[in-house]
Amino acid sequence: MKQLQEQVARNPEGDNLIIRTAVRLLVPFIQLYGLYVIVHGHYSPGGGFQGGVVLGASFILLALAYDLKTSLRFMSERVNNLLSNLGALIFIGIALLCALLGGLFLDYAALERLIPLGAEEWHSLGIFLVELGVGLAVMSIMVSLFWDLASGGDMEEGL
Amino acid sequence: MIWQLDQFVLLLVVVCAVAVITVRDLLSAAVIFGVYSFLMCLLWAKMGAVDVAFTEATVGAGISTVLFIAAIFRTTRRSKD
Repeated sequence: MKQLQEQVARNPEGDNLIIRTAVRLLVPFIQLYGLYVIVHGHYSPGGGFQGGVVLGASFILLALAYDLKTSLRFMSERVNNLLSNLGALIFIGIALLCALLGGLFLDYAALERLIPLGAEEWHSLGIFLVELGVGLAVMSIMVSLFWDLASGGDMEEGL
Repeated sequence: MIWQLDQFVLLLVVVCAVAVITVRDLLSAAVIFGVYSFLMCLLWAKMGAVDVAFTEATVGAGISTVLFIAAIFRTTRRSKD
């Protein structure tokens, strides 16, 4: 709180204490909700794409309420690129692993030959791993879309 | 859903869709497009497509409005044609 007040005193124009405090309180819950949507994607409405968008929206909200530099402090451009590639790699990796183990592309039951848990269990776990990859990729692509659009690509000044 | 409410939401969707392409101010068009997306989300949820409604609410009303506004801030707010 004291740090926030000092920040406002230092830079009064364009800053809003109420919006910043509300966003600071809201962002952890939005991220928790995004994780919930990803993890429960195969039982209830939602999934990797929607959860990824919600996770990305939390970082966009941070960049809107503070500035681009603050959101870059919580997730740097390098980490963002790494996460988007990791997400795509998880998806393709799981799918190819299924094919290499003797099943079809994205045939999760084939993963049973690696760790024997039962075909039904692997159907559930496989779709969860794939959704995790989709969620990571969608989150970082949404955040980098906003960063590039808001700053014109140089990551100096946002909205 | 009550059918009168259903018809009302459908009417609002059409009004918003016409307003988006006729309004001159690009910022207003972006905001009305967000309203359109949210009304479509209500209709999807009513028709039982909860997954599509979820996507419409997050992407259509949430992210795309922010991206449109970010793009408009880089150009001029008034459209010439």
